[in-house]
Amino acid sequence: MSVPRYWREEKYRYRLIGSRCSKCGEIFFPRRLVCSKCRSRQLRDYKLSEKGRIVSWTIIRNPPKEYEKYAPYAVGLIELDDGLKIISQLVDLEPEEIKTGMRVEATFRKIREEGSSGIIEYGYKFRPVIE
Amino acid sequence: MRRVAVAGIGLTPISEHWDKSLVDLAVESSCRAIDDSGSLNFDTLYVANVGSAFIQRQQNLGSMISDALGIKGINSLSIEASSASGGFAFNEAVRAVASGVSDSVLVIGVEKMSDALPEEVASTLAMSEDQEYIAYTGITNFGLNALIHRFYMECYGVTASDIAMFAVRCHEHAEGCNHAQYPFKISVDRVLTSPMESDPIHALECSGIGDGAAAVILKPFEGKDREVEVLATATSTDIFHLTQRRDITTLNAVCSAAEKAFRTAGISRKEVDLLELHDDSTIMGVLSLEDLGFAEKGKGSTLVVSGVTSRTGELPTNTFGGLKARGNPIGATGIYQISELVMQLRGEAGKCQIENARVGLAENLGGVGSSCSVAILRRL
Repeated sequence: MSVPRYWREEKYRYRLIGSRCSKCGEIFFPRRLVCSKCRSRQLRDYKLSEKGRIVSWTIIRNPPKEYEKYAPYAVGLIELDDGLKIISQLVDLEPEEIKTGMRVEATFRKIREEGSSGIIEYGYKFRPVIE
Repeated sequence: MRRVAVAGIGLTPISEHWDKSLVDLAVESSCRAIDDSGSLNFDTLYVANVGSAFIQRQQNLGSMISDALGIKGINSLSIEASSASGGFAFNEAVRAVASGVSDSVLVIGVEKMSDALPEEVASTLAMSEDQEYIAYTGITNFGLNALIHRFYMECYGVTASDIAMFAVRCHEHAEGCNHAQYPFKISVDRVLTSPMESDPIHALECSGIGDGAAAVILKPFEGKDREVEVLATATSTDIFHLTQRRDITTLNAVCSAAEKAFRTAGISRKEVDLLELHDDSTIMGVLSLEDLGFAEKGKGSTLVVSGVTSRTGELPTNTFGGLKARGNPIGATGIYQISELVMQLRGEAGKCQIENARVGLAENLGGVGSSCSVAILRRL
């Protein structure tokens, strides 16, 4: 992983920023340059809701490289309060506690590290909301 | 446009070929296809492959493999469209011959997966998804299928056992198949008690890791004895991020590729005698039945459970075992599917032969349904 490649996504991953089409109003995550609904090129940064509910979920038991030490881990498909969907690891809960419809919120966490001398990557994971 | 025929096919068994390299496998399948067609000369060679850049650190397969076959001075390159690479390469080859640009095209699908460690295979498969926002979360290809699988069960009230039957039927069909990786039966209980791969998907609902190569030769249709005509091929894409799709249980790329292919072929779904579908895990086979237009939404597994998709049913599906039991050497899978249709339509399918096979359809998926190819073949 090169430093610029990681750096250029920081704002979007750390602050949950996507895009909103200025023409038709459609919202997207991740960010994009052309609206896939109306083909407009007028998109602006859009701040996602940080809370939502679990639509579907799974447990990853055979992970890809650089995720081995976290396995098994839960990953959810989450519908945010603004209607956008996002895929994210689910943390601070046991697999047996996970239920479809459960309220979750974004939290800032370590994602992976590239060996002992490479970049340590951070970003969003989602955890249960305590009301 | 010219009519196009499959003039020859060649397969290697799918296995962990520890003693054979990627090029060895490609050459072995090609030589079989050349011998089958009796044709030695090609003006174009397409290589369908997904993992060589990552697993073998090898690129430029077009030149490498054409030279390995002793062929010089031709148009030769690799084609990549995730696990639909085979289907997409076949589509390009058909277009080249149909247009009159090419007179003889060799298409090789090859994948050498056993050169990688299991976590490297998982990473290779996850390369079909957005590295910055999907693979980045640590989700795998089977993990994405699992999100659909769970949502589908809850949405349509379908049971785990109904969906698992897709794998059971595949294994029934693979028995007696010489090129299948897992040519034996398994029970639904065995599937449902196997360890979880990615909940709610069990290990025995997933295609495994295997090496293999398949080759087909395409030529203008002449009406010779063993020729099988390519009635139509079509490809399509869907919204790349699963998260951005309105309904995650519908594979829009499958719907639109099927619509295009049936329109070109000028036939109805009722005229199709057999299917080769892309079941990288059971749920994708079920969704394929629905989105190709053979079952209503939520009813795909009903066809499987009731026996419609069995060898003696009305619509035999995955007649050599599909991805689950025949195997899924990623970039080669689409070419195995085409070769299997040809074997059935020629009446050369041995113990896997179905009766009265005249029209067959193959569907090859890439990513979590973001790319799809459909081919419809007919015997004379």
